[in-house]
Amino acid sequence: MPINKQALGRHIREGTRSLFRNGWMTVASVSAVAITLLIVGVFLTFAFNVNHIVSSIENDVEVKAYLDVTVDRNTAKQHVEAELKKLDGVEQITFITKEEGLKNFKAKFGEKGDLLNSLEKDNFLPDSFVVKAETPQKTEELGQKIKTIKYVKKINTGGDTTKKLFAVTSLVRTVGLVFVIGLGFTAIFLISNTIKITIMARQNEIEIMKLVGATNNFIRWPFFVEGTLIGFVGALIPILIILVGYAYLQRYIQVQLSLYFLDLLPLYPLILQISLILIGIGLFIGVWGSLISVRRFLRI
Amino acid sequence: MQNVGKTYANGTVALHAINVEIGAGEFVYVVGPSGAGKSTFIKLMYREEKASLGEIFINGFHVHQLQEKDIPFLRRGIGVVFQDFKLLPRLTVFENVAFALEVIETDPQEIKSKVMEVLELVGLANKARNLPSQLSGGEQQRVAVARALVNRPSLVIADEPTGNLDPDTSDDIMNLFAEINQNGTTVVMATHNKEIVNSMKNRVIAFEGGHIVRDELKGEYGYAY
Repeated sequence: MPINKQALGRHIREGTRSLFRNGWMTVASVSAVAITLLIVGVFLTFAFNVNHIVSSIENDVEVKAYLDVTVDRNTAKQHVEAELKKLDGVEQITFITKEEGLKNFKAKFGEKGDLLNSLEKDNFLPDSFVVKAETPQKTEELGQKIKTIKYVKKINTGGDTTKKLFAVTSLVRTVGLVFVIGLGFTAIFLISNTIKITIMARQNEIEIMKLVGATNNFIRWPFFVEGTLIGFVGALIPILIILVGYAYLQRYIQVQLSLYFLDLLPLYPLILQISLILIGIGLFIGVWGSLISVRRFLRI
Repeated sequence: MQNVGKTYANGTVALHAINVEIGAGEFVYVVGPSGAGKSTFIKLMYREEKASLGEIFINGFHVHQLQEKDIPFLRRGIGVVFQDFKLLPRLTVFENVAFALEVIETDPQEIKSKVMEVLELVGLANKARNLPSQLSGGEQQRVAVARALVNRPSLVIADEPTGNLDPDTSDDIMNLFAEINQNGTTVVMATHNKEIVNSMKNRVIAFEGGHIVRDELKGEYGYAY
């Protein structure tokens, strides 16, 4: 659609004007887009974070083997170390004493780690080995073998957590998708209705425009502008909500719940990515909604 | 027009293969009873309706085979005036006329001079800022004529332009059309107004039942339709 500057100005003016003239229909359409995109946005924020957490877990999948605290520390260490060295597919073996274990544990709690000082006298943590497999996929298998070694009390491969996270994500993804598609269509329907009202209200103008030889594109443009604006404003609202909400959530998790090890994505690149996606979808919904009405009700 | 016929989608035959040639600068009355095919004839000219058969040539356009996207360019060479004026009530006289130029993307400076010029011609330059509701019927029709003329079309089509006006006002409007015609613009006017046709002698094309029953220069209105 080639278009000159002066005409573009006119289309934007006309499109904006009818946004206000349609009042409640505009509010309804914008709300529908906003709610749809809010759900999409919250879901995306969640999904991005789960992905981030899962991949950080995957990257350092290792088997933690905790030793039996009821036997002599040295006997246990030497026996297990010897057995571990016999295994295939082991890349690295690290011994962590219970003192080091406590230090790591405290580090996770940051400033509040001092609360654990009392444990230093009476450290109940076991000694442990951290075994890194040659490939992440072999971790689980390796873990099962290590479990059978004498004096190994308990192992942790991180595999369960990963699996659970994936299960939750895929459930949320399916439910979210159904919701979003349903709401998306509602939004498109509402936008096309709003545009229809504009078209009806402008019947006379459109008739005269056709009569004096306005091109079809010229007649269509203001309606596209209107639909696009609805989609755009509808996207801005959830972006703001997510921006404020996520910043608050981050502080809440870290300060109130002290979950320092729950490693959320930083706000900045995340909100930009989400904004782009939401604005993209918003514009798509807006253009599609107006296209439906223009096709059906603008007989040109 | 050669062998032009029109059958509507519901099966009504509005025009049976008619042949008409209208030269540049002519003034033509189209008369006939309601349902005779006058309106269809008019609508075919600016491609509001598409001919079912035959060929129509206007201003070098092959109207019958014109594609949708080219219709606007045919219409830019044709001014159309209706019985009910079709003015936009929220716009002033000036804006109503300017609207016709804005929507075909005319330069804003050009719009101002062209609109004032045409309002001068129809004698309404002093009412440019009024709303249509503040004008009499005859004045409103003048605005509609001004709008039809502002793009300097070579052909003006009028469908019952005096249908809503009293006799004196009708005469004023007819004088305006005569003046436009003298400036070289072709005028095709569908009308029921017997007095006008008989007093201002011009070519008359009479329709009846979808056929042209009469076509004479300096004709009379004829039958009492």
